Amino acid sequence: MATIKIPPVLRASVGGEREVSAPGASVGEVLRGLVQAHPATQTQLFGGDGELNRYVNVYLNDEDVRVLDGLGTAVGEGDVLVILPAMAGGRR
Amino acid sequence: MSIPGTTNRPCGGRYSDIVDSIGNTPLVELKRFSPKPGVRLWAKLESRNPTGSVKDRVARSMIEDAEEKGAISPGQTILEPTSGNTGISLAMICSHKGYPLKVVMPDNVTPERTQLLQMYGAEIVYSDGTKGSNGAVELALELAASDARYYMPYQYGNQANPLAHYNGTALEILDELDDVAAFVAGLGTGGTLMGNGRRLKEALGDSVKIVAAEPMQGEPVQGLRSLDDGFIPPIIDLALLDRKILVTNRDAMVWTRKLLDEEGIFAGVSSGAIARVAVRIAGELDEGNVVFIVADDGWKYLSSGLYTRPLEEIENLESTLWW
Repeated sequence: MATIKIPPVLRASVGGEREVSAPGASVGEVLRGLVQAHPATQTQLFGGDGELNRYVNVYLNDEDVRVLDGLGTAVGEGDVLVILPAMAGGRR
Repeated sequence: MSIPGTTNRPCGGRYSDIVDSIGNTPLVELKRFSPKPGVRLWAKLESRNPTGSVKDRVARSMIEDAEEKGAISPGQTILEPTSGNTGISLAMICSHKGYPLKVVMPDNVTPERTQLLQMYGAEIVYSDGTKGSNGAVELALELAASDARYYMPYQYGNQANPLAHYNGTALEILDELDDVAAFVAGLGTGGTLMGNGRRLKEALGDSVKIVAAEPMQGEPVQGLRSLDDGFIPPIIDLALLDRKILVTNRDAMVWTRKLLDEEGIFAGVSSGAIARVAVRIAGELDEGNVVFIVADDGWKYLSSGLYTRPLEEIENLESTLWW
């Protein structure tokens, strides 16, 4: 089971939890597991095309999966997925 | 009597004025950080620009681009959302060239930034700090839409931003190194990564890895109402990045201290994060040059106590917008 860290903006959709667990061998499988357990996250995480919404960043441990293999990125036991909203970079 | 030649060449060059002196920054090897003999780690000290940050290049590029296009003339007010460095750079350049400047900045940045902006004569409009830089961008766009007299360079969407690096920073790196295995910089507007990344890939091919170090914004600065409030700078093309790695505020600070203590480099917090990622990438290589950007110096963080106090004592570690 991978751990998924939930950002404040999504917590209401998962019953207020800061982190949840979901099974799956890829990022896509884990996130779909999350959606199955918490259907309110569906439209926030995914677009109609089944891809991640534009303003959702997902990190496998600390690496953005968009520049790895996207939703197909392999997830191992004990990995942590971090979901974060896309923010303008810091002190720029 | 003949005068002996200098022994410390290259010197910093000779320039017609302070704006002209932007760039041409030193590339310094960090031997203590290098994890193995075949891998050399180089810091490009953008902190050595006139106002102490890489943003001098960007601000000059955007203002001169606007001048060349006839979009601005002296006396016209420049408006820009920034959390600090770009504002400070614009303030110096605008003051020098005769443009009034208004900056929109989150209200939770360190106080030195306010002082530096005031020092160069800029007017400051504060945005809600809980919205981070997104809030500053949002407010600046509203202000610009409400008054046609403002000219907003808009670093997040202005190609003159990455071009400052494509035509400057990257060429300076290529002047000094025949090969680069990895280039690491912070991800904010994306200008540094896009401009350097494009030029380095064109010159060296896909063997050079372009790596982004990204701030993990603390929960107190994730004040979004919904994900639709998210923001992706228009100049970013993720396809150019090979890796994109999150760094927490705490890790960034630990490495900012290591830069100072082990390599004698007094840098800002983003540079600590970038150094951490650069050392990790260097550890994954067997040989080659890893170049990373020291984006700014440490002066404007002194009030935080970051360089002298235990990290546990740093106030508002997660709620301050450090980088």
